Amino acid sequence: MLKDITIDQYFPGKSIVHRLDARFKIIITMIFIVMIFAADTIWSLMTGIAFMLLSYALTALKPSLMVKSLKPVVPVLVITAVLNMFFFEGEEIFRFAFISITDEGVKNAVFMLLRVVSLIVGSSVLTYTTSPVELTGAMEKLLSPLKIFKFPVHELAMMMTISLRFIPTLIEETEKIISAQKARGADFENGSLKERAAAIVPVLVPLFISAFRRAEELALAMECRCYRGGEGRTRMKQLKTGPADIASLVVSFFFLAAVFFIDRKMK
Amino acid sequence: MSILKTENLTYIYGSGTPFERKAVDDVSLEIEKGGITGVIGHTGSGKSTLIQHFNGLLKPSSGKIFLDGKDIWENGKIMPGLRFRVGLVFQYPEYQIFEDTVYKDIAYGPKNMKLNDAEIKNRVLEAADLFGIGREMLNRSPFELSGGQKRRVAIAGVMAMKPEVIIFDEPAAGLDPRGRRSVFEIIKSYCRSSGCTVIVVSHSMEDMAGLADRIIVMNRGRLFCHDRTPEVFSKADQISAMGLDVPQITKVFELLRKENIIFKDEVYTVDHAVKMILEYLAEKGGDSGC
Repeated sequence: MLKDITIDQYFPGKSIVHRLDARFKIIITMIFIVMIFAADTIWSLMTGIAFMLLSYALTALKPSLMVKSLKPVVPVLVITAVLNMFFFEGEEIFRFAFISITDEGVKNAVFMLLRVVSLIVGSSVLTYTTSPVELTGAMEKLLSPLKIFKFPVHELAMMMTISLRFIPTLIEETEKIISAQKARGADFENGSLKERAAAIVPVLVPLFISAFRRAEELALAMECRCYRGGEGRTRMKQLKTGPADIASLVVSFFFLAAVFFIDRKMK
Repeated sequence: MSILKTENLTYIYGSGTPFERKAVDDVSLEIEKGGITGVIGHTGSGKSTLIQHFNGLLKPSSGKIFLDGKDIWENGKIMPGLRFRVGLVFQYPEYQIFEDTVYKDIAYGPKNMKLNDAEIKNRVLEAADLFGIGREMLNRSPFELSGGQKRRVAIAGVMAMKPEVIIFDEPAAGLDPRGRRSVFEIIKSYCRSSGCTVIVVSHSMEDMAGLADRIIVMNRGRLFCHDRTPEVFSKADQISAMGLDVPQITKVFELLRKENIIFKDEVYTVDHAVKMILEYLAEKGGDSGC
């Protein structure tokens, strides 16, 4: 059950998308997000979706993974669609008591649904093809201009790396503790809401204790290896920009321009 | 009659995903009432997965488990009260401690059994005595204790439920030699005095040698053998081929055998070795010249 949660979603591979500079991948993802939000008509949105499908195809990942990234957000999708359906003026096509559904409402619901779905699938292209370490490294580089304003960029990136690293460890730990307390007769499935809430205490306390213990051990291990923050720190794997990175950026801008152009034309 | 029995037990991890793996593969065995059964196997041999089936923490992918002749997953539902009848002490049990006093933590299991307060108190004190946890310690926070003391508190927490079958997963992991010996001594004397069935999981043949009456050897998810301890140790060469370490004293005797010094028994504890050597020398009539 807990194992089904994927947060660290990286799927290693050797495709062109995998090999792109992570900084460019982040920028391209942002361009894509702008595309999706700027799109006002179905045609421009389709252009954005085409861009997303193109990048997805280039990752050489299984199409079924697309569905996997959507699974956890199904409730959000449903709520978005339903709310949009009810709150738009237009020609009424269905009426039940005080509920009325208009053609505009349905159009909007479908539009919002497509928008959110493509947003999630598009950003999963980034997380599927970029390892967490690369991702945070690239963020650190992209945010480094903020250092002028004394913004702790390196510390932030390090914290992100560490938390991503420990999520699977803590999930495993939680499962172990749950099993151990079940073996002592803990019941997580039955009982009133209050009883079930109380049943979580025997899991949370050991989990927190072990998280603090790990944090202390990690801090000690980092100090033993002379870690003292980002100042003057170099990276083992340098990010390199190649022709493929520039080309992909150009293509993304082309699609962005297309979205704006189509919107202008259609209005 | 056997107290625990498995029939063609199979457990598949991550069924239907690319990570699918058979952790336990078609295991059929019977564990007799009373006595200590050792379960040994290399890391990833399926021994921990196997024992988690005995108290219903894992549901078999196929096959059946019987406690006292009753299917524990009859009609797909877990047998009521099963976890109080089959106690399981996990590896590093001290990490499951959560209450603010030692007393409360040991009482957690009995409390879940819905026993009355007097009975809970009796059981806590009994379990504490068994593990040499002094009365003055009962009101202290378990988090102030040393690692070895915490381990004993955690084990006492399972013992206080007085299960008919009690399973220990690597009870001595991470303890120093003295701590190891004392944990094994307690397990042994508890088993003898209470008559309850004890199952101990370990990857060390050395520890099992002086402890277990019978041994189950697991290899790559399959049952390699299940027999009385001496018979299992007679397969020492096959067991070391699996990557398990046989006791050092057994290795010495293997080498002696290669030198044509034959002893009639399999040797796996130092005490037994001393006896065998003395017998051997007596037989030779002391003509060894020393």
